[in-house]
Amino acid sequence: MQGLPILSIVTFFPLIGVVLLFMIDKENDRLLKGLTFVVTVIDFLISLYVLFYFDPTTPNMQFTEYHVWLDRLGISYFVGIDGISLFLFLLTTFLMPICIICSWNYIQKNVKEFVIFMLILEVGMLGAFIALDLFLFYVFWELMLIPMYFIIGVWGGQRRIYAAVKFVLYTLFGSVLMLVAILAFYFYAGAKTGEYTFNLLKLYEVVPPMEIQIWLFAAFALSFAIKVPMFPLHTWLPDAHVEAPTPGSVILAGVLLKMGTYGFIRFAMGLFPHAAQASIPLIVTLSLIGIIYGALVAMMQPDVKKLVAYSSVSHLGAVMLGLYSLNIQGVEGGIYQMLNHGLSTGGLFIMIGILYERRHTRLIADFGGLTKVIPVFAAFFMVVTLSSVGLPGLNGFIGEFLIFLGAFKANPAWAAIAATSVILSAAYMLWMFQRVMFGPITKEENKKIKDLSVREISLMVPIVLLFFVMGLFPNYFLNRMHVSVDAFLAKYKSKLTMNIEKTIPEHKLNGGN
Amino acid sequence: MFRYIVFIPLFPAIGAFLNGVFGHRFTKNAVHTIAITAIGLSFLFSLYAFFQLIGLPSHERVIEEVVYSWIGTGNFSVNVAFLLDPLSSIMLLVVTGVGFLIHIYSVGYMHHDKAYWRFFTYLNLFVFAMLLLVMGNNFLMMFVGWEGVGLCSYLLIGFWYEDNNNANAGKKAFVVNRVGDFGFILGIFLIFTTFGTITYREVFDKATMMLPYGGTLATAITLLLFVGATGKSAQIPLYVWLPDAMAGPTPVSALIHAATMVTAGVYMIARCNVLYSLAPFSLGVVATVGAVTALFAATMGLLQRDIKKVLAYSTISQLGYMFLGVGVAAYSAGVFHLMTHAFFKALLFLGAGSVIHAMGGEQDIMKMGGLRRHIPRTFLTFFIGTLAIAGTPGLAGFFSKDEILWQAFSSPHGHPVLWLIGAVAAGMTSFYMFRLTFLTFFGTERMDEHTKHHIHESPNSMVIPLMILAILSIVGGYVGVPEALGGSNHFHHFFEPVIRHIGEVKEGHFSHALEYGLMATSVGIAVIGFLISYTFYIKNPQLPEKLKNSMAGLYKLIFNKYYVDEIYEFVFVKGCKGLGTLLWQKFDVLVVDGIVNGAGTVVEFFGKTIRRLQTGYVQNYAVGILLGIVIILGIFIF
Repeated sequence: MQGLPILSIVTFFPLIGVVLLFMIDKENDRLLKGLTFVVTVIDFLISLYVLFYFDPTTPNMQFTEYHVWLDRLGISYFVGIDGISLFLFLLTTFLMPICIICSWNYIQKNVKEFVIFMLILEVGMLGAFIALDLFLFYVFWELMLIPMYFIIGVWGGQRRIYAAVKFVLYTLFGSVLMLVAILAFYFYAGAKTGEYTFNLLKLYEVVPPMEIQIWLFAAFALSFAIKVPMFPLHTWLPDAHVEAPTPGSVILAGVLLKMGTYGFIRFAMGLFPHAAQASIPLIVTLSLIGIIYGALVAMMQPDVKKLVAYSSVSHLGAVMLGLYSLNIQGVEGGIYQMLNHGLSTGGLFIMIGILYERRHTRLIADFGGLTKVIPVFAAFFMVVTLSSVGLPGLNGFIGEFLIFLGAFKANPAWAAIAATSVILSAAYMLWMFQRVMFGPITKEENKKIKDLSVREISLMVPIVLLFFVMGLFPNYFLNRMHVSVDAFLAKYKSKLTMNIEKTIPEHKLNGGN
Repeated sequence: MFRYIVFIPLFPAIGAFLNGVFGHRFTKNAVHTIAITAIGLSFLFSLYAFFQLIGLPSHERVIEEVVYSWIGTGNFSVNVAFLLDPLSSIMLLVVTGVGFLIHIYSVGYMHHDKAYWRFFTYLNLFVFAMLLLVMGNNFLMMFVGWEGVGLCSYLLIGFWYEDNNNANAGKKAFVVNRVGDFGFILGIFLIFTTFGTITYREVFDKATMMLPYGGTLATAITLLLFVGATGKSAQIPLYVWLPDAMAGPTPVSALIHAATMVTAGVYMIARCNVLYSLAPFSLGVVATVGAVTALFAATMGLLQRDIKKVLAYSTISQLGYMFLGVGVAAYSAGVFHLMTHAFFKALLFLGAGSVIHAMGGEQDIMKMGGLRRHIPRTFLTFFIGTLAIAGTPGLAGFFSKDEILWQAFSSPHGHPVLWLIGAVAAGMTSFYMFRLTFLTFFGTERMDEHTKHHIHESPNSMVIPLMILAILSIVGGYVGVPEALGGSNHFHHFFEPVIRHIGEVKEGHFSHALEYGLMATSVGIAVIGFLISYTFYIKNPQLPEKLKNSMAGLYKLIFNKYYVDEIYEFVFVKGCKGLGTLLWQKFDVLVVDGIVNGAGTVVEFFGKTIRRLQTGYVQNYAVGILLGIVIILGIFIF
């Protein structure tokens, strides 16, 4: 490809920020945040290069960089991007500056540490989306975990320690299993092909027999399912969200959860199609339960943040359903919905954070009638809410529609069950909105809330604009996914037709490595 | 360049955008000038479109305009594209025409409201969404408009959001409509998987070739679509949101909840007439639901005390009529009634608004009476509306209602029982409408002195739209005078190209004499309704009270609307909330977190226990090592 290592530049640019931040006095909050903001904005602008020079006609990885890292172990620094990861990569660079802006007043203590953690987190997330080497992926995957642990544990709310530990243990439990599976697959593939490598593209060509696939898949899937989070592995999410500071919640909902769904399509399903195929009944059932369960439980939450957290369980269940429809509409819908969820849930958390900064509460019962006091806030909040309930014209609809369409093609009953979420999501979101924004003002404190500041408006405007762009012109985005998703599906299906029993001689199976 | 029809929905969109973003800085004059200009231009363009269609030979009356490709993935692709044909042209005229009058009316009605700009923003936005609904050339465009009008309905019902009742009503409308949308969207999926496209023209072309008459697929598709229609058009079992929707400002009730939005379901079935004609079972369901709703809602209208609630139940009932029409495959009759109903129901609602305006916000008809002397122009127009809806021969309602009744009897899909239900409902309509008129405008003045002192006729901006609508309610039916009465039914002929006939059904032949007979019977029933009403509320006002006491149980049942709201509330709302709480408290907190925290506790326990081994004494460790060696040796030896 081009000589410019653009993906590495975007991924590691935040580290330059980290170096600069070390040189700044830790009392100088404004400068610390300002510099971080500038760094993330520049990073976003650089990342647009990837969008503009992305070739939507090829299924191959683009902007690839390959450097041998640990030659003897077959570990390489191998990165690249395709239509599946492109927009997740961009979503990350897009959300980062917004997160820094929304931490402007929210984060007051240990600002230096906070912004450094945020930048390291960005490196981890970006790296995980472009890594094409399993070992490298694992390194980035773990790299995300630690800053997030501190962001929740240090800058979180009352029960932050419980939430942070729960988050880490849940995630670590899964990722340790994934590490074992990565190593097992590495040794298996090495023994079979004679080349020991973590190179994902080479490993795609290795199709282990079912009894091996199923265990490897199970380990990967469990790890990703926790991250998604899929029912019933979701209980870390509400706690983590409620305790996390606003920027933490935005990143958590906006990007980190997508690591799980992205992991499914890139690794678990891509590497082990037979096992993935066998897991359809289980995963689809859990997704459908998650969609309805998340919605029903969200309805009854007294805390707005918890409500949105449970709604994420519902939305991400839909994403999984889309991916598991295994047709182009479903998979593209799933990817699209990952982006939508990142934007609309991120937007919701920002709005809730704005309220929290003013009232220091997130309980629905503490609000009521706010529209009269803060009409500009109300307008933005309404748009974000409508995006979340999938109103046509806004982004959420496109993803939801394609997912349900894909699911319907796979099995009409799935779509019928999943589509009940259009009713339930309207019920819980509008009910929440009503209790917070409509009705009479019952509390004296609510009469003096300030409306959005210029900073806060400028924070929300890009998100809302994207709602409309993605809702009205989805083809711009979908056109860049088609070829990659087609290739993924074609490969998946062609592997399924292979007779895996014969791909491997019997003696090798028993002989061990 | 796009053809001009693209501008028809674009104008109100621009109006909504201008007022929505900058409206809070504009003067009231600027706000309503923008909004009215926008819809006025739409109306003029719609008129032009209508005449352009008329000028074409009848089989060429289709204009399509693709704006851009909206969603495309795999074999699924859908455009933002518009369609102009006789059906959409009629809908355009109704929506922009009646909409225009209601915009003008709103200038007077909403004059004192602080959120004036917000009101006109929503109103323009509504018209935009409604135009997308009726002008789209594919099912997804219809769905977009469908959800869009639902949103505007939600926003406008809850317009005065400071009162929780209004906010509740808005939310209820949205959620109940979403139940319908659930069916609609599944219907779209089934259409796509069946035909590989969701563009009307392609779907309908393929349907006649691919679907067997009476086949399961056609039935399934049409029933799913009809679920959507029951939501939006407030039919059994999803009608419950419409009476509550009266919480919105009265012009909204007139425009959205009477004249336009709620008729979307009728439009949908008329649009998909090919599919429905292929599915006689679905037609039967549509006709039955329509007829039963017409009767059921009419009974609930009999005893309401709120002037707008009476009209709301009347609207549900009249919508049932329209479904009865399209349900017996008399698509043109259904749409004809849609049009005349838009005139007289908008008139009645706006008239009611004028009454409420005069009464300083009072809506209880038991606290009115004798108003004809105070607000004569409102009275006159309202009375014309009443005559029209009651089916007085010569007025708009008569022709359209009569055509539906006749078709219900004579169509191959009809049945005498359907006719009978329709005729009885017509009698009830006549009764409750005259009751409403008598209680409001005749008899003793039952308001308090303070209110009475302030009663005043509405300003011209409100009265002129009333007069125009009154004229339309009188003459609007003459475009569809049936041949039996010596007319040539222009409406039907204009509409004809939209309908595709499915070969297998034979038309029945009935004599004109039978048609006259049935016509006379239904008029007779309506007259009986009028006479009872006259007796109860003019001649002998004590009678209703006596009757009420003698049949207290029945009265209570009907007055409380058969407790349907309460049952729904208990089953669905309480059910969902209970389930949500149960799952959260019992499953998440107890089971899952129980396991998670339990695992933590177990690890902690073992950690604490095993920690005791770490005594720090070298002797102890030495003993341990020795013990280990012995055990390992033991295993190897034996």
